[in-house]
Amino acid sequence: MSTQQLPEHPDFLWRNPEPKSSYDAVIVGGGGHGLATAYFLAKNHGMTNIAVLEKGWLAGGNMARNTTIIRSNYLWDESAAIYEHSLKLWEILPEELEYDFLFSQRGVMNLAHTLGDVRESMRRVGANKLNGVDAEWLDPEQVKELCPILNISDNIRYPVMGATYQPRAGIAKHDHVAWAFARKCDELGVDIIQNCEVTGFLKDGNRVVGVKTNRGTINTEKVGLCAAGHSSVLAEMAGFRLPIQSHPLQALVSELHEPVHPTVVMSNHVHVYVSQAHKGELVMGAGVDSYNGYGQRGSFHVIEQQMAAAVELFPIFARAHVLRTWGGIVDTTLDASPIVGTTPVENMFVNCGWGTGGFKGTPAAGLTFAHTIATGAPHKLNKPFALERFETGALIDEHGAAAVAH
Amino acid sequence: MLLIPCPNCGPRDETEFHYGGQAHVPYPKDPAALNDREWAELLFYRDNPKGAFAERWVHSTGCRQWFNMLRDTVSYDIQAVYPTGAPRPDSATTTSASPEGAVQ
Ligand SMILES: Cc1cc2nc3c(=O)[nH]c(=O)nc-3n(C[C@H](O)[C@H](O)[C@H](O)COP(=O)(O)OP(=O)(O)OC[C@H]3O[C@@H](n4cnc5c(N)ncnc54)[C@H](O)[C@@H]3O)c2cc1C
Ligand SMILES: [Zn+2]
Repeated sequence: MSTQQLPEHPDFLWRNPEPKSSYDAVIVGGGGHGLATAYFLAKNHGMTNIAVLEKGWLAGGNMARNTTIIRSNYLWDESAAIYEHSLKLWEILPEELEYDFLFSQRGVMNLAHTLGDVRESMRRVGANKLNGVDAEWLDPEQVKELCPILNISDNIRYPVMGATYQPRAGIAKHDHVAWAFARKCDELGVDIIQNCEVTGFLKDGNRVVGVKTNRGTINTEKVGLCAAGHSSVLAEMAGFRLPIQSHPLQALVSELHEPVHPTVVMSNHVHVYVSQAHKGELVMGAGVDSYNGYGQRGSFHVIEQQMAAAVELFPIFARAHVLRTWGGIVDTTLDASPIVGTTPVENMFVNCGWGTGGFKGTPAAGLTFAHTIATGAPHKLNKPFALERFETGALIDEHGAAAVAH
Repeated sequence: MLLIPCPNCGPRDETEFHYGGQAHVPYPKDPAALNDREWAELLFYRDNPKGAFAERWVHSTGCRQWFNMLRDTVSYDIQAVYPTGAPRPDSATTTSASPEGAVQ
């Protein structure tokens, strides 16, 4: 791994237009998913008279707060299909968007610490292989070979008993991803409108016909919700419910260090996930706070637990310092899978429930959600992720692959 | 870390408690009469307000009793603690201002 140079930026990557009085479609939320959706609406469906409305600044929500892990080693066919498609898009997007956001396929390791973990992990490796997802099972020696700073001795509380490994997984520079999408959206004619908070919806019967914002009313034929942690708040404004609970999720970074950590390591069991950013910070994610919260901050004991796990697994981190901690608001579902599809309100669509792990899904969420908004029907990849699954019982339980917040 | 006023033990650290999610979700009187939509509501749908929220907590490492708490999900202020089964006390305020955290 090298400490790569980030690209130089021009002063402006997108315009800051005033909102028009009407659009063909309005996307609520200018995070990664909102921007990717707008990009694919314009590029694949020729819908360029559209706007992305963001209440704060562009990509200042979870998009700016995540630990950027990208992987596709989920258990079930439905998840493997959408996450693997996403990973394939990550592999071509830097060229397509003409923007190097430092997608680094340095591999992701998911550690196993108990016999249950081992069995579950091996099962997942098998399932991944059957779905064309690159996956390997590593024994502790192989783990050590790939990541020499990991402590694989058996005198710790939860010794490393092996790991799953996905070589094509990795990390990317999250805010550059957002800027890459934003620049292309802008080039295609999409209006990106910051400081524009949606405060309500205009409906004609059960059909949405406009949005109310702090910058006036905007008429629109279609609305796509990409509000992550605030999805329930927007759904309530529109008059329907979502099976979402919003929780604080925290992460932190150390000061800059020489490159010491060549891959990405995640542990469900002792609960920490660590990579080293291009600049050199150790980036570590914690678990969600147990309670519902919109405060973009969580409790300190969660960080304390995460640090204890990190230091046990990586003894050399004991001398690193925590430089910054922060929180985002994640939109969790009970089956740890996203919701992408239609809503009970006509012409209103929702993309949410990506919870602790939606950064990796950004390209596929954008692609499939744009398809759903443009055609009114699901793309084959998001069809299983419709809201109806909570009624039919066809849940997609990814707690094993997603239990560690990531 | 929240400082939670257990009705039985007094103020204790959040780490002594477990969260139980939304309070006042009654078990259906006649479960067999529910349709799929109603079952989905009961099993998977919970309120998720930005502001005052009535929720359940259990003091796992103390008295081990469940109780209800009214808490603001933005400021995290605890507004009231009351017994399971008692009606939700009227909440005085609902906050909507959202403090911004550090950004990386
Ligand atoms: C600490 C942390 C670590 C994470 N780590 C990973 C990881 O390693 N890998 C991974 O795959 N995922 C990770 N995630 C999850 C990932 O960040 C999210 O799933 C994903 O970013 C959500 O999509 P988004 O980018 O569109 O969300 P956001 O960036 O949150 O976008 C939603 C936007 O909607 C806006 N909005 C809300 N309400 C309104 C309104 N009324 N009007 C207008 N705009 C509104 C918000 O301001 C926000 O900008 C992590 C999340 C956190 C918090
Ligand atoms: Zn008690």
